[in-house]
Amino acid sequence: MVNVSSTTCFLPVRPWINDVKSVLRSLRLSLAPLVLLAVLLAIWEIYSRSSTIGDNVLPAFSRVLTAGWADRQSLWENTVPTVREVIIGFAVSVAFAFVISVLLDLSPRANRAVMPLLIGSQTVPLVVLAPLFVIWFGFGFLPKILLVTLVTFFPVVVGLVDGYASSERDAVTLLRTMGAGKVSVFTLVRLPSALPGFFTGLRIGITYAVVAAIFAEYAGAVSGLGVYIRGASGSFRTDLVLAGVVVAALITLGLYGLTIVVQRLCMPWYAASRKVLQ
Amino acid sequence: MNRGIAIDALTKAYGDLDVLNGLNLHVDRGEFVSILGPSGCGKSTLLSVLTGIESADSGSIAIDGQGLAGSGSPFAWMPQTDVLLPWRSVSDNVALGYQVAGRVRKSQARKQAGELLGTFGLREFADSHPYQLSGGMRQRVALARTIAQGRDILLLDEPFGALDALTRTELQLWLDQIWGRERFTVLLITHDVREAVLLSDRIYVFSERPARVVGEFDVPLERPRTMSMLAGDQAKQLELDLLRALHVGSGDTP
Repeated sequence: MVNVSSTTCFLPVRPWINDVKSVLRSLRLSLAPLVLLAVLLAIWEIYSRSSTIGDNVLPAFSRVLTAGWADRQSLWENTVPTVREVIIGFAVSVAFAFVISVLLDLSPRANRAVMPLLIGSQTVPLVVLAPLFVIWFGFGFLPKILLVTLVTFFPVVVGLVDGYASSERDAVTLLRTMGAGKVSVFTLVRLPSALPGFFTGLRIGITYAVVAAIFAEYAGAVSGLGVYIRGASGSFRTDLVLAGVVVAALITLGLYGLTIVVQRLCMPWYAASRKVLQ
Repeated sequence: MNRGIAIDALTKAYGDLDVLNGLNLHVDRGEFVSILGPSGCGKSTLLSVLTGIESADSGSIAIDGQGLAGSGSPFAWMPQTDVLLPWRSVSDNVALGYQVAGRVRKSQARKQAGELLGTFGLREFADSHPYQLSGGMRQRVALARTIAQGRDILLLDEPFGALDALTRTELQLWLDQIWGRERFTVLLITHDVREAVLLSDRIYVFSERPARVVGEFDVPLERPRTMSMLAGDQAKQLELDLLRALHVGSGDTP
């Protein structure tokens, strides 16, 4: 006889042990890029100190840091508007991407009609668009939001649309045999199935967002990292230009890390199920 | 009046390709009936007609003597793969049956799912996620989700086909045990002769495409079923008869 409550098939999982393990694992994994970064910075430092290149052409990394720190007041005042543009622009972008992706998913005809336009929108170079946006919308907040949105929504749309398509066919059929309508199938199967693709798109998009915001500011703005970098460049302060670049890189890294944290919170089953499969 | 499901002269063709050709079968209430057929016998077409994904060209499906007119499918489908949703816990996967097919509110569906898991001996897995379960355990949960739909007839589509032989046997005996207690009306689709003998009250043998019934066999075994019954003369003779009806090994004469 088979015992109905047989437990032999179950893999025991003790959550806290796995938590500790995953923290140690991510520490070990983040060690490698940190070491590589340190090596590259050391090479830069040694090269700029030992070569005959002038300090205003290639300042040593340590000088970039000290100059940036000395100018921290101004750097901070210009970082805040950029971060604001990035976050609001990206939020608009994700909302827009979601609406578009739902339309594309519900109607194959819309997909055929809209997709080429979306792809086309990605071929317009940022260099051309940024000054045009300043001419059309002025020096304010709006052209920055628009540019960030335009540059970042595409990977999110593609991630969502591909994600919907990755839904298991039998799962969709099963729900239909249960009598589920189009909306229920979408919310119960297609949307959750799209989450991995969505987060992939989100991660790609976020890396473009800071660049887009700085570009928009570069073309014309009152404040922001783009303005800061342009000003520093105009007065041959390469150390401050690079300090601005370091801040921009840190913002991008931070936002990228944030998307990973949000992904973990939204879909804890995903990382765990992949670990079991490996 | 014939209680249960009656399928009468069901016909379906895709263009010139006849897939179902005047199919007749019936399943009484509380009966366990299997359909045994070769691969590609139009089984999946029958499934999609029964579950309401597609409509038949002609013929009728009646339940307790009444036509199906507009009341939705009386079948709860259990697919070959478990298709548990990975983002839902075991109990939420089962709750899906109550929620979608039964139109029950989510909190109520959860409660009912918890109770059902209890009767299935799966309560301790209620909060687990599918990736934490073995293939056999996942199929058990999938069966619970099928029952949670509250439909009249369970339509089991090679439910154990993807499992290894040991787990398959274990699950077949488990299903027999559950069935013995609950007496669901079951239509099992399989190409495993031993599975059909082990589980069914009655077995239909299908021909190759276009599918029609070429044989109907009663299973003369007692319940609950055991593996040793399969080694008995009656079961052996039935297996042989079924294989003959399927034209497998038709060259050897008795």
